[in-house]
Amino acid sequence: MSKTLFLGDEALAQAALDAGLSGVYAYPGTPSTEITEFIQNSKQGRAGEVHSIWAGNEKTAMESAIGMSYAGKRAMVCMKHVGLNVAADPFMNSSITGANGGLVVVVADDPSMHSSQDEQDSRYYAKFALIPSFEPSNQQEAYDITYAAFDFSEKYHTPVLIRLTTRLSHSRAGVERKAERPQNPLHIEDNPKQYILLPANARVHYRTLLGKQEAFENESLNSPFNKYIDGENKKMGIIASGIAYNYLMENFEGGKCPYPVLKISQYPLPSKLIAKMVDECETVLVAEEGYPFIEEQVRGILNRTGNIIGRLSGALPRDGELNPNLVAKALGLPDSYGAPVPELVVPRPPALCVGCPHIDSYNAINAAMEKYGKGKVFADIGCYTLGALPPYNAIYTTVDMGASITMAKGAVDAGLRPALAVIGDSTFTHSGMTSLLDCIYEKTPVTVMILDNSTTGMTGGQDSHALGVLGEICKGLGVEEEHIHRITPLKAHHEENVAIIQKELEYEGVSVIIPTRECIQTLSRRMKKQQAAKK
Amino acid sequence: MKIDIILAGVGGQGILSIATIVGYAAVKRGMYMKQAEVHGMSQRGGDVQSHFRLSDQEIASDLIPMGKADMIISVEPMESLRYLPWLNPETGWLITNDQPFVNIPNYPDFDKLSAELGKLKNKVVINADKIAKDLGSARSANMVILGAASPYLGIPFEEIENAVRENFARKGEDVVNVNIACLRAGKEFAEKL
Repeated sequence: MSKTLFLGDEALAQAALDAGLSGVYAYPGTPSTEITEFIQNSKQGRAGEVHSIWAGNEKTAMESAIGMSYAGKRAMVCMKHVGLNVAADPFMNSSITGANGGLVVVVADDPSMHSSQDEQDSRYYAKFALIPSFEPSNQQEAYDITYAAFDFSEKYHTPVLIRLTTRLSHSRAGVERKAERPQNPLHIEDNPKQYILLPANARVHYRTLLGKQEAFENESLNSPFNKYIDGENKKMGIIASGIAYNYLMENFEGGKCPYPVLKISQYPLPSKLIAKMVDECETVLVAEEGYPFIEEQVRGILNRTGNIIGRLSGALPRDGELNPNLVAKALGLPDSYGAPVPELVVPRPPALCVGCPHIDSYNAINAAMEKYGKGKVFADIGCYTLGALPPYNAIYTTVDMGASITMAKGAVDAGLRPALAVIGDSTFTHSGMTSLLDCIYEKTPVTVMILDNSTTGMTGGQDSHALGVLGEICKGLGVEEEHIHRITPLKAHHEENVAIIQKELEYEGVSVIIPTRECIQTLSRRMKKQQAAKK
Repeated sequence: MKIDIILAGVGGQGILSIATIVGYAAVKRGMYMKQAEVHGMSQRGGDVQSHFRLSDQEIASDLIPMGKADMIISVEPMESLRYLPWLNPETGWLITNDQPFVNIPNYPDFDKLSAELGKLKNKVVINADKIAKDLGSARSANMVILGAASPYLGIPFEEIENAVRENFARKGEDVVNVNIACLRAGKEFAEKL
């Protein structure tokens, strides 16, 4: 069968479609966004045969996926690593309810924080929830594992987690597909207690989950995705998981490693294979992308023997992505390096696009805030986080989705005046509405600017749930009508905008200002499409 | 046969279409390919790079080891220099546009920049913007660069031409022709050096 070029994200998406997916639920987030977009643009997605519309946030996505699995159909939920924090409540409890239709949770981690605020490792979440997880090492495995993950989920009536990392998500290679199979029929299990997590039921389900652990480990032991490859030289053995396996093999011509290698792509860890390696080899190097998840388990906190090395021992860096050179160094192989970067090369950080509406919003914010001094603008996650950089230097916090409003509230509660929150339209519907409700409930004097560019900009322009109705949402939540303003972020309106912001900063209650102008990227795409249609 | 390329530029300059075209030609020849891209926040006018690997053997790593790249193909001169640590210092070739993309206040002095490029042993430095503009499509500078790199790719030129044709086919015959002209002009320039 011929191969198709796929990003890791796309290979996974194609596998889900081929395995009989009925719905994907997701909120966009780098590096996971392309999974859902691929399904949206697929034949089944466009025909509406597979649900693929964006969810409001990762929690609502996870819950919808649980609902689809409850109804007997195969569901997938996709997010970036920090999205799983948002979805953690339904995710953790989905391991207690178990699954009916195959339920696959895909989490794309971002080691080195290319587009993220931390580099948390989602394998811990799977272990925390006591469910199996998979970590593909390449695009073909991303396909094969995803296809198999739905079967695994249905065989053991459990959700499973697939962990991707940035390099695999966004790297392209040829992938061979399997046969397409039909979706499951609608089917409700005759087990009314399964999804009612009253304590009495949950205790029973939890024991059932605990009872599955041995079988999960046996599956890892016999998994086609975990391999023990023997080597002559027992001075060292290498455990390599996920994409780290590729970096290891890059260092050996033709993939011939002289040391025994244990490739891990399925968890829980197969302890028998680990024991074999530790018994057989003098030193064991653990190469893994992300946190020292395997290393920590293999060596334990006492590290009595001291012969397990990796990110904790310093053989590999404790943080950041791996690469072939770092693994070469850990193996004691000669390192390679080209010429140094010439001194005149300077950093070119990302910047707001020319013509971006946020530029005008920040110019107005900076002018309005000048008389109040520094430290009083609380921002959020999105393109507008770039307001932290010169020439704006306009914001002082960016922590998590929705935190701008509630952090401003906390600072006001502590006595800070005035406090301005800056949040995007999509981030507001993701996690800002309940924050705003807290402020309304207490009549906290905060001014909230919802930068409405009518899209989820940073991830490439996905639809925003509050398109055209932000004002109504705020009014409905309880913001007084005279303190809700739509403004136009353009140079021509600068003075007027500054005056509105300053007036509301003086108001001892909740105000919402909504600078409204379409994202320059989505606008230019729309214009091009319109022009093409005219031709 | 194996060729490792770092593609470099600024977000929005079209380095990924170079990869798409060469990738199409390579896969058609039955070669293996891996291509790591940058998506997300850094795309907003920041520096972007792509590790692009072709081989007749299976490829292990998505990332090219430092000091091992056969080529840097860049649509921006300062960006081409950012990836020198990846270029094989003996045998590697650097192919770059000489037209700076200035979107930062501290962009280096142009003369110093070209002096730095001048120090390199194996290089093609080309005013791709002008060639593309003269041929009637300022946006096709990336095809000029690809043409300039084509003698070093180890893929027959006709196959790259076909890949360009395939890639732009849905945009109409005029677009195809101007891109092919840009590709050929780049190749001629490199061969005259």
